[in-house]
Parts: sequence; C-alpha cells; structure tokens
Amino acid sequence: MTKSFLTIVLISFAMSQAFSQGYRVSLQGNQALGMGHTGVAVVNNAETAFFNPAGLVYLEDKLNVSAGAYGIFSSTKWQNTDTGQFSEVEDNVSTPFYLYASYKVNEWLTAGIASYTPFGSRVEWEKDWAGSHLVNDIELAAIFVQPMLSVKLSEHFSIGGGPIFATGNVNFNRNINRTLTDENGVRSNVTIDDSGVTNWGWSAGFMFTPTEKLRVGFHYRSLIDLNAEGGEAVFANIPNSQLVPVANGTTTFDATLPLPAEFTLGLSYQVNEKLLVAFDFNRAMWEEYDALVIEFGDPGIPASVNQRNYKNSSNYRFGLQYKAMEKLTLRGGYYYSESPVRSGYFAPETPRNDSQGYTAGLSFNVSEKLSIDASFLYLRFDEVDESYDFYFENGVAVPFEGTYKTTTFIPGIGISYKL
Amino acid sequence: MKTQNIFLIFASILFLFSCESEFESSVEDNEVYRTGEADFSNYVSLGNSLTAGFADNALYIESQQNSYPNILAQQFSLVGGGEFTQPLMNDNVGGLLVNGNPLPGFGPRLVLSTQSGSPFPAPLDGTPSTDIGNIVQGPINNLGVPGAKSFHLGLNGYGNINNVGTLANPYFVRFASSPEASVIEDAVAQGPSFFTLWIGNNDVLSYATSGGTGVDQTGNPDPASYGSTDITDPNVFAGVFTSYVEALTTTATGGVVYNIPDVTTIPFFTTVPRNAVPLDAQTAGLLNQQLALYNQQLLPGLVQFGILTPEQAAQRQIVFQEGQNYVTLTDESLIDISGILQGPPFNLDPVTANTFGQIRQATDEDLIPLTASGNIGNIVNNDPTLITGVTVPLGDESVLTVNEQMIINTARNAYNATIQSVAQAYGLAFVDVNQVLQQSQSGIPFDAGVLTSDFITGGAFSLDAVHLTPRGYALVANETIKAINETYGSNLPMVNLGDYRTIVTSDNSL
Repeated sequence: MTKSFLTIVLISFAMSQAFSQGYRVSLQGNQALGMGHTGVAVVNNAETAFFNPAGLVYLEDKLNVSAGAYGIFSSTKWQNTDTGQFSEVEDNVSTPFYLYASYKVNEWLTAGIASYTPFGSRVEWEKDWAGSHLVNDIELAAIFVQPMLSVKLSEHFSIGGGPIFATGNVNFNRNINRTLTDENGVRSNVTIDDSGVTNWGWSAGFMFTPTEKLRVGFHYRSLIDLNAEGGEAVFANIPNSQLVPVANGTTTFDATLPLPAEFTLGLSYQVNEKLLVAFDFNRAMWEEYDALVIEFGDPGIPASVNQRNYKNSSNYRFGLQYKAMEKLTLRGGYYYSESPVRSGYFAPETPRNDSQGYTAGLSFNVSEKLSIDASFLYLRFDEVDESYDFYFENGVAVPFEGTYKTTTFIPGIGISYKL
Repeated sequence: MKTQNIFLIFASILFLFSCESEFESSVEDNEVYRTGEADFSNYVSLGNSLTAGFADNALYIESQQNSYPNILAQQFSLVGGGEFTQPLMNDNVGGLLVNGNPLPGFGPRLVLSTQSGSPFPAPLDGTPSTDIGNIVQGPINNLGVPGAKSFHLGLNGYGNINNVGTLANPYFVRFASSPEASVIEDAVAQGPSFFTLWIGNNDVLSYATSGGTGVDQTGNPDPASYGSTDITDPNVFAGVFTSYVEALTTTATGGVVYNIPDVTTIPFFTTVPRNAVPLDAQTAGLLNQQLALYNQQLLPGLVQFGILTPEQAAQRQIVFQEGQNYVTLTDESLIDISGILQGPPFNLDPVTANTFGQIRQATDEDLIPLTASGNIGNIVNNDPTLITGVTVPLGDESVLTVNEQMIINTARNAYNATIQSVAQAYGLAFVDVNQVLQQSQSGIPFDAGVLTSDFITGGAFSLDAVHLTPRGYALVANETIKAINETYGSNLPMVNLGDYRTIVTSDNSL
C-alpha cells in the first residue's frame, strides 16, 4: 500500500513541475497549489473564496473553513563572469498564509470571508554585494481581507464577489551609490520603511456549470495602489561633508506601489468519480508598474526614480486531483509563469524570469469533517543573463549585469473543516 | 501507522529537493576561469607603499583592503588562490604610535575637507591607535613596506624596533618575523608559488618630492652611506633586484614585476602652476623698476666680462607683468654669481648679492611640488616687499628643476632597463606602469566616466598626490591581470574600476 502511494506521488511529481511573478505570490490554498494553483473552476473547499467567489455557493456544507501557510525556501545566486563577482540571496524565508470561511445562508446564497497574502517579496542579498547600489534587502508584504457574497442565479450559473481591504508594509535598504562610504569605509545607505499602508479594491467572478461534470469560471481582481505617504527614510553612514548633498538622519518619503489587477479564466472536468482535471489561464496587468518613484520629504534630496516598465504577463496552469482512497486525495500539477520583467529592466530586488512550477499535494481526511491539506511546489527558473540598464552615475548609465539562477521550494500545510 | 508512514514519505520527498541554486558553470566553485601555467595557491607581494595600499598620506585598514595585491588575491581565489594575509592597521585613521606615543611624521590620513572654506585635503581629526610594538603574527602575504627603497628589502634589522629613527622602517617593525629578518627573507621563507615585485619608486621619488635636495649616488655602490633623499646607484638597484627575483623564483612558478613611472606624471608635480603669482599692473611695474638695475646693467655686465653667455643672461632675466607670473626660484645648477656681484664694479651688499646669486624665473619645464604651493605669494617676516616666489625666490626644495628631472630620469631609465631584462630572463609577467600613468594623463575610460591623474578630481590619485586611490589601485590590478594572462595563459577576470571609490570627503578634519 505504502509502496504504491509513493509511486503515485513520484509520478504526479514528475508530471508536474506556482509561486512568484514580480512580487505576486501565488500561494493561496494547499489544495489548489497541489493542482498547479488552479481553482477558478474548482469547487473543493473554502479555498474557492480566493479563486472564484462565485463557486462558494456550490459548497454543500453549511460551514466551510480552510486555513494554511507556506514556508518559502528560495535560493537566488548571481554572478558576473566578466569580473568574477558573485553573490547570493542569504535569507528569504517568508510565510504566506490564508484563511477562508463560507456560510451557506440558503440554497441560493452563500456568504464568505477571506484573508490572504497575495503580494510579497523578501530578498536579502549579502550586505554590500556588487548590486548593493540597487538593493541590499527588501521586504514587502500585503494582506488582503475580503468579505463576499456568492449567488446562484440559476442551476447552471452563479456570481460572486466583494470588496477588498488591503494593508501593506515595505522595508527597503540600498547603498547610496557604488562607492560612497563614511570615514571608516562603511557604505552610505538609505532605508525606507512604512507599514499599515491601506487601500480598497474588489474582486468578482462567475461560474458556469453546463453539465454536472464541467465547470467554467472567470474571476477578476482589481488594481490596488499602495500609496505610502510620510513613511520613514533613514540615511546612514553618510560622510559628514558639505560636499555630499545628503546628511545622516531621518526624513519622510512618499511612494506608490501598484498591486496589479489580474483575471483568471479556467475550467475543470470531472473525468470519473475519482479523477478531476483543471486548467486555468491567468493574466496579470503588470503594465501599471512603470517606475518606482520615491520622493523624499527633505526638498534637498532628489527623488529616486527606478524604471520598471513591467509588461502584462500570463500564467498557464494545469492540475489534476485523484481520490485514491476514502481518506486520501492526491494532487499534481504544473504551471508556466511568464515574468513581467522586461529584458534590461532586470532589477535584483525581484530577480524573476519565466519559471516553471511543479506541484504535488494531498489531503488526508482525519474525520468526516476535518482534512489535513499538504502541498509542495518546486519552482524552476532557467539560468538567465540579464541586466538593469537604468542606474546612472554622473549622468552616465551604468548597467548592472550578470547571470541569475533561482530555485524555489515551497512546502505548505493547512486544514479544511466543514460542518 | 499508515498515516505516519505517509507523512514520513512526504517529508523525505521534501528533503530530496535541496533548494540550492547551481549555475551551469559557477564562478564561486572555480568552474569558469583557467589557471594557466602559474600556481596562485600561495601568493606573496613585495614592494613599497604602493604595494602596501598606502593612500592619503597614511596606511589604514580600508586603504589596505583596496591594495592592488589584495584585489589580485581576490581574483586569484577564483582559480585556487589561497588566503591572503595583510598586516592590517588598527584603525581607519592611519598614523603610528611607538610605546603609546605618536611617532613624528606618521599622522592621520588626509580627507577632502571644506573646513578651510573651500575643498582641500586636511588631516582627519582622529587619534592613531596602531602601535608598532604590537607585532602582527605571520606569515604575512602582503610584504609591501611604505617608504622602502630597492635595497631595503634585503636589509637585515630593517624591522628592528631599536633601529627606528636610523635604519629600521616602523611599518616593517609591525610584521617582521623577527627583529633581524629582512623582507625578502620573510617572503622566501613562505615558499611562495607566485609573487609580485614592485620596487624602486622611492629610489628616485624621495629625491623628487624633496625638490631634488638629495644627492645622485650613481657610482656609489654602498647604500649604507646614502641619505634618505638620495638617488640609488643603478648598479646597486640592478644587483638587489636581480637577487630578489632569483631568490623568489626558487619556489615560485611565476611572478610579476613592474617598472617605475615618470615622476612628472603624478599630480604632486603637475598641480601647482609655474605661473602661480598674480600681480596687478602697479605692483608689476614697481617690481620691474626695482629690477631694472639687475636686468639692464648687472646681467649685460656679466656677459660683457665673459662670465655669462648671452643665453645664460637671458635665462636669468626677471620680468613681471600684469596677471599671472612665473615664480622666481633658486636654481643650484646655475653659476653662483653672488661673489662676483660683491666685487667691483658691481659692489653689491652681501644680502642683495646672495639674492641674485642663482636666481631665475620658472619655465614650463620646471615642476613645483604640491607641498610648496602653500608658500607661494606669502609675505615673509611681515614685510610686504618680501613675497615668496616673487622678491623671495623659492628654495631648491620647492622646485624640481629641468636639470634635477634629467638626473631622475637617467637613473629611472636604468632601473627600468634592469626590470625589463630581468622579466625577460626569468619569464615573468611585466607591467609597464610608466605607460599606464602616461595614459592616465589623458584619461582611462571606465563604465561611469574617465579616470585621470588630475589632483582631487581625476579619481586615480589619492589626496597625497603621490599614491593611488582604490580605483587607481584597481587599475594597477587590472594591468597586472592582463600581463599575467598574456604570460601564463590564464584567463583571470579583471575587476570593474567603477566599483572602487576615489577620494573620501569629510569635514571631521583638523
């Protein structure tokens, strides 16, 4: 029994090879992630609250709750063979989470609530590494809270959606330029920090169920701009000199970080009693992220303009789910994720090129009501030669070039409860 | 039981996928570059201040970290180079102590300060904490000793604290393996597999920076009899240089030697203009009136008596004008006419006669050391008629005359001939530093601009105008790498000059 289980898991893993595009973190449910993070047309458990609120009304139980978290273990390395320099991201363990609940009001109406972390980034390069004039470390996180309603308009068609309350925080440190130091040779640097930046957005979707076996879903989530106003900017290790335009100390900053809109269109098909297959097409409107402009409260400090020029990008996701036993469901999946970063704009704060995600997962039913959901994701990025061409010194563009290689491995665990 | 098994399997699968990224060929894992024929595993560097990483008139931790040998060692580590130990100072202030007391002449480093009102180099306001009695434990890979001349590297007792003030060098005292050890002995004892040797600069530079007050010792084979600002006999240089290479190549599979650049290419001599004295029309006219006797009677008289040729007399003419004026100076190579001027028919008083003894105005061929710039135009003894560089000629120490430059270049060219022939004889890599510094006169491009040898703004030279900035040392490292790759068939990468700083600005200065 054990042996055959292992075989199945290995096969499903081999079949599949979903996480990060820009600073979008696609980790919003362990059951869905096991299936390549598909879900816009899947009705399994309360995770549907994230993937498509329109699907919640199809959950049969009165109350559904899902909660879980992930550990992101990622390794990014950089090297430049022209100079022999190399570095790696030292620490980027972060823990996205989710919590969903739905309550069936009547046959036609279900109410839900969702809290999840769809955006985030944590990259900590070795301090004063070769690209430290662009970033030493960055930590970015946003938490969304969304109440919603799901309404069955007919036997075959439902809609759902709700407002999103977003709260975010950012902490970013980089060196002032490639060479400025204080008298002790400590690199001059600036840290910007702001937390509790809030804004509102919304999401809505529909689900069409033409036959018992086939579902088609569509879901749209709006753009939310996180406007940091009056955040804290700290300049440190600046030499005490009238010849340097900034001085040590604290000022304020304003900046806007867009959390872009995305839509997902997908379908799922129940092949037989045991096997479900799903496909999602997802497109994120990254074009919104044109430049990161940081304006400082001190009028003597020039604004920091960081060209991004992101492009809209697509994700293709495939997943399957197999009810192996009464108590055990196995999942596998694959996705291909396009990076929104254009060539020449490859900044080491989000060193992301196109990637392939291989996923696997399982649910173990502890009881009728409770199941444990586990998943893991192996995310593979090709080795890529890239550059960021928009850093200037004395008016001269000084590209930051090199080869990047990222490997990411994300285990997740959660529970689903129904009553 | 079954549940347990399932989770155990799940956990072990997770474990199988280590998340470490690996490049197809990794720089870090020595998979990118070729070593060639040389073995970089145990690299030792020998030389003077330039090798030690001296900058801004001091040695300090950060300047040492940016020494060209340290930059080289970093690149060597990509092809199996080992640990590279430097005798790091105790602070980033610079300067030395002996028995807890400041060692005169070894003070804090210079920073670019605006304390005086405009940007100018000034000593950092800090207290030196490096006591030469605290011996750094070896083996030391970077054996660069600031101030060392060619023959010092073989001198026993050069690191003996009891000899400080006489033949010892306080920097070598800090890391000599024993008080009697010589630099070359400490190098050879490590059995180096690779070496760099850049020595000989101070054999002419100390003469140059002193304005040529020393003696040209060419022909004197005994360096023990030399003064600190003398020029080393080229035969002495050839002897010691060859013996060092001979000793080092008993174990080394390869090495690099560097030639001695032309002193006239360094900002210490190119910054102060020869016509540094501004005068208004009235003052110039007044001065010319006072000099009329000298210009129109004394000099023609000396020509008439056959003491001076018409050309020599013309060279001694002193004429001022409205605007910038060439400074007046005492030139030891001129015939001293002070005695003649005191006799008939001139009958000048001794003070005036001495003033005119060996005086002339500077020409575009003369070089004025940076250290003299502060004096020019100053009033002497509160007497407004006594102006340094005008009515009070600059002394020998304040000018490097054409004649003194020729003496320097004769010796330097002899050293360079030795260095190049030794490089050839031993199959060593050779760096033509002279040519590199010549290029830096016009500018060496890097990714964010152009590196030049202009004082303060050029980026290559530190605030003492003699030693290099980290960016300048990185340039030396790159030239070294080029030479190594050509000679030994390696393909070591060069560093990016733009990653290295130039000068440090700070108003925390004295």
